[in-house]
Amino acid sequence: MSGASPESFKGNAARALADAQLQRALLNVKSGFIVKRAKARAKLPEFDRLRDDARAIKDHTLAHLDLYLEAYERKVVESGGHVHFAPSAADARDIVLRLCREANARIATKGKSMVSEEIGLDAHLEAAGIEVVETDLGEHILQIRGDRPSHIIAPVIHLNKEEIAEDFFRAHAALPRGRTLDTVQDLVSEARAVLREKFLAADVGITGANFLVAETGSSIIVTNEGNGDLTETLPATHIVVTSIEKIVPTLEDACTMLRLLARSATGQEITTYTSFATGPARDGDPDGPRAYHVVLLDNGRSDMLGGDFHEMLRCIRCGACLNHCPVYGAIGGHAYGSVYPGPMGAVLTPALVGIDHARDLPNASSFCGRCEEVCPMAIPLPALMRKWRERDFDRGDPPLTQRAALGIWAFAARRPRLYHALAGTLMPLLARLAGPKGRLRTLPFTAAWTATRDLPAPEGQTFHALYRQRSGER
Amino acid sequence: MNATAGPRAAILSRVRAALGVRADEASRLAAVEDRLKRHPRGTIPARALVERGTLLQSFETMLTDQGASVTHAATPEDAVRAIADDLRAHDLPLCLRLGDDAVLAALPWEAVAVERRFGPAQSDDRAALSRAITAAAETGTLFLVSGADNPTTLAFLPESHTILVGAGDIAGCYEEGFDRLRAIYGEGALPRTVNLISGPSRTADIEQTIVRGAHGPKRLHVVILG
Repeated sequence: MSGASPESFKGNAARALADAQLQRALLNVKSGFIVKRAKARAKLPEFDRLRDDARAIKDHTLAHLDLYLEAYERKVVESGGHVHFAPSAADARDIVLRLCREANARIATKGKSMVSEEIGLDAHLEAAGIEVVETDLGEHILQIRGDRPSHIIAPVIHLNKEEIAEDFFRAHAALPRGRTLDTVQDLVSEARAVLREKFLAADVGITGANFLVAETGSSIIVTNEGNGDLTETLPATHIVVTSIEKIVPTLEDACTMLRLLARSATGQEITTYTSFATGPARDGDPDGPRAYHVVLLDNGRSDMLGGDFHEMLRCIRCGACLNHCPVYGAIGGHAYGSVYPGPMGAVLTPALVGIDHARDLPNASSFCGRCEEVCPMAIPLPALMRKWRERDFDRGDPPLTQRAALGIWAFAARRPRLYHALAGTLMPLLARLAGPKGRLRTLPFTAAWTATRDLPAPEGQTFHALYRQRSGER
Repeated sequence: MNATAGPRAAILSRVRAALGVRADEASRLAAVEDRLKRHPRGTIPARALVERGTLLQSFETMLTDQGASVTHAATPEDAVRAIADDLRAHDLPLCLRLGDDAVLAALPWEAVAVERRFGPAQSDDRAALSRAITAAAETGTLFLVSGADNPTTLAFLPESHTILVGAGDIAGCYEEGFDRLRAIYGEGALPRTVNLISGPSRTADIEQTIVRGAHGPKRLHVVILG
């Protein structure tokens, strides 16, 4: 599954639905994140006002993005750091590799970073002979499995502890065979011990950034494990790999964002660690990196500015839209074939890789609207998915079956009498076919749809018949 | 786009073209300069604006809920005793790693048999002590700043971490905490690292089961002095 691409979405989804192990693991999304977020939100009466504030902050920042990028860069340089602009994913990979080489890096530790996943950084550095060590527990598990994240904040939500124990026995081969790895605690303790040695040996630490602060030139990371802090504190060089839309103007603006991020993501009041890094070690600092670099990735983001998908640039990657999405809940993240799954991925992925390569993703939605409801940045995700659908249709090559079906419907819809006659005949027919349960298991020409779902049969009369009846009653 | 202009100019010109703006528009420059200079506050949660007693109570409740232990010390001597008692209670050697912080140095260490080692954390250190420069009660969050006084590694390498915070240094919201930092480090400047710490290290990556002590400290002990 980890080799899936957005182009094979339909097949990926079908396999995911048939994967019993995955289906069991996905129950954790429903029982965990959704309940925790609701509780955290209820405990903060100002949540909706903060959401309005945050939206305004992002809108203001994006409207002045060029100037905030320049202001941020000035502050980084003032504090002794370096900023590298990377128009494309390849540019970003090359810059990070060059910085690693300049630091004579043999081992690079990494904090969790979706941008580094987006640009395929690990493989690029490994091909150049650098040992890359993912230190977030979830990312470590993925690395030893050769797997990809299935969720932007809970990368191994698709796995159960028994599968992870098998991976640990295989990958941590130097440890005694007979040890017990029955509990989650056992697994965490082992990962702590294995990774601690790497933290201490690393030459370069690579992290992402949840936010960048223009006022001070700081990069912010939020973690619960403390791995990001060890990554950015212990090695001699710290490289931040992030993207241009992560900027907020001031520390106050960062505070507003932070109040929304953890609550929306994990339902925590705040993550255990929220760390602001500003430049390399100062005179007299007994620890901290001696070099501090920020790689700012564009990779299609500037094309989104000012256009149909501008609002997607407000996204702070909390994952709330994934957690609340019935489609994500049914198939998990890998089926999307992109590092960004779920509703936010359905909007972002086509912008990054082109709609030609991701045309199924904006269709992987029931348009129930929960994603928009829970989005702390009030991004109208369903409307943005609809815009991708329109663009895809306008390109003029929707599949033949889709065009034929729409053609027939349009023919009937333009002829009200025919339409009413058809509806009046077909509705009772479908209801009769469905039987007492009111559900159709199969229907001609709809096998792809009914293979994994039942079609609820129409109940009662047509709208027009009902309307006439009710009008008569008044 | 000018291919010779370099990646920086390329990104900035793409951004400006997409927004339909120029680099030298006075009103835009003024808007940015004004926001950076005034750094206006957004909505502050009411829970951060309550009277002092309630605020301190909620600071402690938050930290406890997030897995930290909290001790009150009325006097500096109570503080060192609380620190020593905590090490004993958790079968840790009576040995602490700490920095050159003047407040910590001035504590009456002669009252307890705790060995102090100074400087950044070493890989075999089991317990460390830091002082929080300020704190935000709204989520039980302590502000630690890097430097020789409180090296950053103290907060992440040892398995047990104690943070001492003066009761008078506990603020309501994050913004007050940052204002205190501005008063020390100046406008638009921060020390190399500011760590906001709100509990012991934890992970919920595997099956959403919360386990303490992922990579950082397994325990966080907060001593409120005064």
